[in-house]
Amino acid sequence: MMRPRYRTALFLLPAGAWFFTMLVLPLVVVFVFSFGERGPAGGYVPAFTFDNFLNLGSRWAAFKNTLVLAPVGTFVCLLIAYPLAYFLAIRADARWRTLLLILVIVPFWTSILIRSYAWIFLLGGQGLPALLNALGLGNPRLINTPFAVLVGIVYGYLPLMVFPIYVSLERLDKRLLEASSDLGCPPARTFLNVTLPMSMAGVATGCMLVFILLMGEFLIPAMLGGGKVFFVGNALVDLFLQSRNWAFGSAVAMALVLVMLITVTAYMRVTRRWAGGRDDVSLM
Amino acid sequence: MTDRNDTLSREKFIEELMRYRKGSVSRRHFLGVTGLGLATGVMGAALPGLRGAAWAQSGIGDRVVLASWPNYHDPANFEAFRAATGAAVDMSVFGSNEEMLAKLQAGGSGWDVFVPTNYTISTYVAEDLIEPLDLTKIPNYDLASFDPRFAEPGTVNGTVYAVSRNWGTTGYAVNTAQTGGKKLTSWKEFWDITMAEFSGRTMVHDYQLTTIGNALKYFGYSFNSVDPKELADAEKLLLDVKPHLFAISSDYQPSMRSGDAWMTMCWTGDGKQLHRDIPEIEYVLGSEGGELWSDFLAIPKGAPHLDAAYALINFLLDPAVNVKEVLFHGYPVADKRVDALLPPEILNDPIMYPAAELLSPLEFGAAVTLTDPGRAELMARFKSA
Repeated sequence: MMRPRYRTALFLLPAGAWFFTMLVLPLVVVFVFSFGERGPAGGYVPAFTFDNFLNLGSRWAAFKNTLVLAPVGTFVCLLIAYPLAYFLAIRADARWRTLLLILVIVPFWTSILIRSYAWIFLLGGQGLPALLNALGLGNPRLINTPFAVLVGIVYGYLPLMVFPIYVSLERLDKRLLEASSDLGCPPARTFLNVTLPMSMAGVATGCMLVFILLMGEFLIPAMLGGGKVFFVGNALVDLFLQSRNWAFGSAVAMALVLVMLITVTAYMRVTRRWAGGRDDVSLM
Repeated sequence: MTDRNDTLSREKFIEELMRYRKGSVSRRHFLGVTGLGLATGVMGAALPGLRGAAWAQSGIGDRVVLASWPNYHDPANFEAFRAATGAAVDMSVFGSNEEMLAKLQAGGSGWDVFVPTNYTISTYVAEDLIEPLDLTKIPNYDLASFDPRFAEPGTVNGTVYAVSRNWGTTGYAVNTAQTGGKKLTSWKEFWDITMAEFSGRTMVHDYQLTTIGNALKYFGYSFNSVDPKELADAEKLLLDVKPHLFAISSDYQPSMRSGDAWMTMCWTGDGKQLHRDIPEIEYVLGSEGGELWSDFLAIPKGAPHLDAAYALINFLLDPAVNVKEVLFHGYPVADKRVDALLPPEILNDPIMYPAAELLSPLEFGAAVTLTDPGRAELMARFKSA
């Protein structure tokens, strides 16, 4: 008979092994590489230098783009996702709810690459701008702008925001809303004082999911930004897959990890304060 | 042969042909609707050069992985290859030689055949990333019929590592409907008009060799310069130009065809394809010079389907196949046997075979540009600016 402690360890073994080989080891490699030098034909040569970190300023624009567009993208996602999740969880007829939820997931059945390609045509000169032009609303340049990247981001990540919010609203005890209303609270205040606070767990989780993934995004800016809207992810792809400077690429990656740690920690502090000191908010 | 062909009326065929020529439908759609794709595939399979070859019976596996360039291969030829050998060609497309080198350096690319450019081969040899070729497995490679200027870079220290595929130039394509009839002739004009009338409409390659090289040409420096002062001038120009660019991408045909982009750095074959479908798009070689290049077929070290790799290279060098490649991609080949099969209007085409005075200032890319950290970092700074 196995002792419970060993049994626990046994069950945790797959996850632990995965965590170690897929996260800890690569991070150690990246950490070591970040102090190295680029080989004569590219790649990595062992060394101990801080030059790669001192050179980080040359990628400031990429960090700036990421640190602006990731939070903005997360916020726009939230603005669009919340009403949708609210409708699905509270207003939608129960008969239709499953179907509507499936419709939210349907885009995930196709690769994001193909869906982003579709946006290239939609936002290109013969797409939306031509339509707007025909309606006499001007002929704006959309493709290869930060706006196009934002559209792609919001489109791609919306379901990740909708679901956590939906779950938190769906679990909401509807009798609380009735009680609020019975006690004479107008609907707008009920929403602000009851519904919204009760769904903050979902909002925080959704924001966290979308924000973290956005910080590492490279595909959407590459496709809809025309190589001009550059994220840290694109800088990394470039350093590893074009200029083959693995040492500097590792330093940029370490810097990104650090920036993420700082922003995510700050974010958890803030959400915890909103939730009045509860720990479980950001992780549902 | 197919009922698609039988049911397609003449009028419908002409209508589809016109749509295809206008660029409003893709080549794939056109070939599919008209049945021509299937027809070429069937005819290709019946090519005499393929029958009786030892490997056709010996079984080379069911796939061969090819790393190549955009708009570079006739899909009908791949269909014919599959019909003849049973191996499907699984192609991925790249935007620069640096990207190919990076994949091979990282290891585990899984490629069987790749298409390196002249100036990269000595580096692949030095890095031990490329397989010496066993020419007995490529009977269609007849060295004597190749122009040595374009075939020689495939041989390093007396060993053949790569066989000539075709050659070309790097110039730019400009939509003359947007210039008011003005003819552009130089790289200086390319960069100047980008910062003026063509602001937001120009594309440059996502490729350090050509983007930096042609920026160097603005100042009259060598296309291959690695001199820090000259590179600094080029960087300043590129950073000034960047806000005026439509995009930084080596896949520029879709944007040129849709009219979103008016001008782009361009390789011979793309210039030929664009001009063929949209006559007002013209191909220009900068009067200051620029790049003359030749591409090769080669096998990376550790290719998982070695027999299929040799079979594909041999197949693509069959003059009867290669001539169809040329008609598709619009790049000249260095093989006299193929030229003999090409119609005169192709051999006299000014885009494919530029006049001698336009060719003479062009330079072959130099090996040092591939590995020079200064150029790599300049390109990365330009893109991340």
